[in-house]
Formats: sequence, structure tokens, C-alpha cells
Amino acid sequence: MISLGPGERAALGREGERAYPNECCGVLLGGIDDSGGKAVESLLPINNKGAPEEQYHRFAITSEDYLAAEKEARRQNRDILGFYHSHPDHPAVPSAFDKDNALPFYSYVIVSVENGKAGVIRSWELTADRGEFKEEEILWR
Amino acid sequence: MAVTILVPTALRSFTERKSEITVEGATAGEAIKALAEAYPDLKVHLYQEDSGEPGELRSFINVFVEETNIKNLQGLDTPVAAGGTIMLVPAIAGGV
Repeated sequence: MISLGPGERAALGREGERAYPNECCGVLLGGIDDSGGKAVESLLPINNKGAPEEQYHRFAITSEDYLAAEKEARRQNRDILGFYHSHPDHPAVPSAFDKDNALPFYSYVIVSVENGKAGVIRSWELTADRGEFKEEEILWR
Repeated sequence: MAVTILVPTALRSFTERKSEITVEGATAGEAIKALAEAYPDLKVHLYQEDSGEPGELRSFINVFVEETNIKNLQGLDTPVAAGGTIMLVPAIAGGV
């Protein structure tokens, strides 16, 4: 399970709408409790480094961005819990491309943006055998 | 020679939650292969499925030797000094 606050919900929608018709992306920072539950405490927006002509359906966070995010997480005394991105005019369901590029443990939060308006937000985790994405319950704080 | 590999959070469930693993290897490729042999469940996440062993790393796994991406050095043949540090750093991608 992953919990998100009203500030994160608003920021996810705002980011998705700002990037529309392209995809936005960023890092989820927060803490992990003893039972493995994740609590997102802040979002770290990242400039989509996908090829400009592909950003309407692709996002990329480089390893250099990841290292910078890890430093920021340490500065905030938080962990990288996962990543978010938007699906412009597409449901908040991971694609085959999402799955091929994912790692287990991390939460992959997707916000659907229909006609420029943010809508459904869902979260997904890759199974340890890389077999499939499973939906992760979001607890809205 | 012994080198230390720093493991990202996502892969620590396959390394008994260890964030730093010391392995033997003179190059980045040798060290990562030693890591994968010590923790076989890591292989599917590190190596491309059809590449065989030791194989090519998945495109989203980047390797930094002393904070320099090996793509800018000699790839998996990049030498690592005794006591040196290797970081496994994911790149994240996706989309519709």
C-alpha cells in the first residue's frame, strides 16, 4: 500500500496538466513503515528527458537524474519510493513499455490526463519475477 | 581484488537487504558478474533475458565506477581499483 496526501494529489494533477499533451514524470520521496507500507511525503518533478518528439507517449528519467534524486532524498532524510508519470488521453494503466523498463519494489503512480484535465490516479508495482504489474492500493490521507 | 557495489533500494530484496556488497573483480563486468553469482535472483533484473551469461546489462541499469558512468569509460571492461566503488543506478522510463 502507498499513501499520498492532498498536496501530492494536487501536485500530480497539476504536473500532468502542465505537461499535457506530453507526459510528465518525477520521483516519489517518503518513508517506509515496518510492514513495508510506503508514505509519500514529497514529489520531486523531473524534466522529461525522453526524445522531444516522443514525449507525448514516453518519459525518461536518466541515471544522472536518479542520482540527484537520491541525494535530495538523503537531504530530506527520505527514501525514493517510486516514480510518477502521466498518460495523456490514456487510462492510468501501465503499458508493456512501462513493464519492460520497471524494477520491483518501486511504486509506479500514473495519472490519466484526458483532454488536458487530470483524472484517475492509480499505482502499480512490478512483481519480483518481472511477470506483471499488480495494482497497489492508494490510501489518500 | 575486492570492490564494493552499492545496490539501489529496488534490488535490495534480492541481496538480503544489504545496500553494499563486497565482491572480487578487476573490472566492472567481473564485479557485477560476481554479484549476480552470489545473489542469483538479481540476474533477471540485471541482465537482458536473451543475452546469455555474462550477458548484456538491461538498458535501464547504469553502472558508475567512482561516480563516472561506464558508458563514458570502457563499458563493462572499465577497470576498478582495489577498494573501489561501483554504483548500480537505474534509469527510469515508460509511457503509453
